[in-house]
Amino acid sequence: MSSGVFNRMLRHRGAGAGLAFLGLLGAAALLAPAITPFDPAAQALDAGLSGASAAHWLGQDRLGRDILSRLLFGGRISLAVGLGTVALSIVPGTVIGALSGFFGGRIDTLFMRLCDLLLAFPGLLLAIAVTAMLGPSLPHVIFALSALGWVGYARLMRGQVLKVREMEYVQAARATGAKPLRLIARHVLPNALSPLIVEATFGIGRAVVAEAGLSFLGLGVTPPTPSWGSMIAEGRHFLFIAPHLTLAPGIAIMLTVMAFNFVGDGLRDAMDTRTAGTTAVRDGR
Amino acid sequence: MTRMVLARLRQAVPVVLGVATLVFLLIHMVPGDPVDAMLGESAVAIDKAELRHELKLDRPLLSQYAEFMTGIARGDLGVSFRTREPVAREILSRFPATLLLASASLAIALMIAVPLGIAAALRPRSWVDLLCGTSAMLGLSMPNFVIGPLLVLLFSIQLGVFPVSGYGGWRHLVLPALTLGSGMSAILMRMLRSSLLEEVGQEYVRTAIAKGMSATRAVVRHALPNALIPVATVLGLQFGALLAGSVITETIFSWPGIGRLMVQAIEARDYPLVQGCVLFVALLTVSVNLLVDLLYARLDPRIRHE
Repeated sequence: MSSGVFNRMLRHRGAGAGLAFLGLLGAAALLAPAITPFDPAAQALDAGLSGASAAHWLGQDRLGRDILSRLLFGGRISLAVGLGTVALSIVPGTVIGALSGFFGGRIDTLFMRLCDLLLAFPGLLLAIAVTAMLGPSLPHVIFALSALGWVGYARLMRGQVLKVREMEYVQAARATGAKPLRLIARHVLPNALSPLIVEATFGIGRAVVAEAGLSFLGLGVTPPTPSWGSMIAEGRHFLFIAPHLTLAPGIAIMLTVMAFNFVGDGLRDAMDTRTAGTTAVRDGR
Repeated sequence: MTRMVLARLRQAVPVVLGVATLVFLLIHMVPGDPVDAMLGESAVAIDKAELRHELKLDRPLLSQYAEFMTGIARGDLGVSFRTREPVAREILSRFPATLLLASASLAIALMIAVPLGIAAALRPRSWVDLLCGTSAMLGLSMPNFVIGPLLVLLFSIQLGVFPVSGYGGWRHLVLPALTLGSGMSAILMRMLRSSLLEEVGQEYVRTAIAKGMSATRAVVRHALPNALIPVATVLGLQFGALLAGSVITETIFSWPGIGRLMVQAIEARDYPLVQGCVLFVALLTVSVNLLVDLLYARLDPRIRHE
């Protein structure tokens, strides 16, 4: 990402704050074993459901486990699934989309029919079916979400390539005798990537939500590993007497998703040349 | 128009058949035995064998597949392993609840999104716009399993106005519909705002204002109908997704819809029911997409004449 795009993005309302929050979250998730005050699985049954205290800033859950520690460890799962799913979706999505758009013809028809087919599946449901059948675990969740996740990137990439393919610089490179794969890798892809980067940013946020949703339904990572979704599912039963069990992970999810949305919005505005032009005009007024 | 409909219908057939095949494979290839799920793993071998035979699970995969596909052609989705009721009847008995919830959510989403979207677009960068933008961002960032419990906390536990969960009168409908509708309204509001802003910059709106029409009236009368076209598309797709059943919201509020049915079927490894549900939902998705395309062509003559 060029420094120009980065600076323009930071000017977007919220994008800077979002990025800062994600940086903090990432650091906290990485360092969780070192910085959490308690073992996230350590129980203290006599202190079950107690509220915030000096030792337990966010209170304790049903089994007396420290909610803050569980939240930080849960963040590891959320980010791992978010990044893992996007990485596992974007690579096949980009390759398939690029080949489909560049070559057209039968390859294109075949891939796009496959996309239509997968899009007819209700999103979360396929993931539910896959994790229910393979058994709940972190890799299974990532796999289940990527099984449909690549389709969006493929379609986006295909559209981009269709546009870029006709540009004069690509034609020029073709005229000098560049082979198709070199054309794609050197000339088409770099110029078709920006919307994909924006989409990937939103995609991480979506995957975080999807993981929490699966965990909420009991199909995410296996207990006692904490996940924000399973924390909400557990806390929901004590909404009457201990709402903080639900509120803490709920707010964590909300802030994380919002941060990804802000950064995504900022990136989109910064990379979209048309919008950047209008902003420049407005700034100059 | 007719040719377009026919062409799209022809494209839809292989998609639906493909989905049916994929569902069949997915369910039969993965580990997990429905007989174990029904009888418990400690059941006697002879009982298991008997049940397996009765459910025709001891037959070769290909013959099960053939029977499944010919059944679909006849509109027969098989019989649920668990309840022994026809799958089609199970699905149709749950669909009204999902339809009711989807319609109510859509109504709520529109009631929030249309006025706020217009207000934000009329005064871009004003405090109204900022407020709308912020609440839309909040709505976008709160998944249903966060909004739902929060609404329960506020309206059922603190205020005691609506029941925590269940299915019955209109009171039961409010919270789940609000849960689904608020997220959807955020998407719609953002779309309507940006699409309105684009239209407001067009010359026909400027002409109307120049001829003496008030700005608000010019926006509502001239810009809005055009701005609604892309919104209608998103609206249609969102509604289609809602009709597929909202697994999480239906779980939170114990709402007896398609989403819940599907999860229950997956948990019980009720093959025919899972197959039937997914197929039903896929068919629904394909038809809604088709309808949205047609609606789009209807609203925007430029597409119709292409």
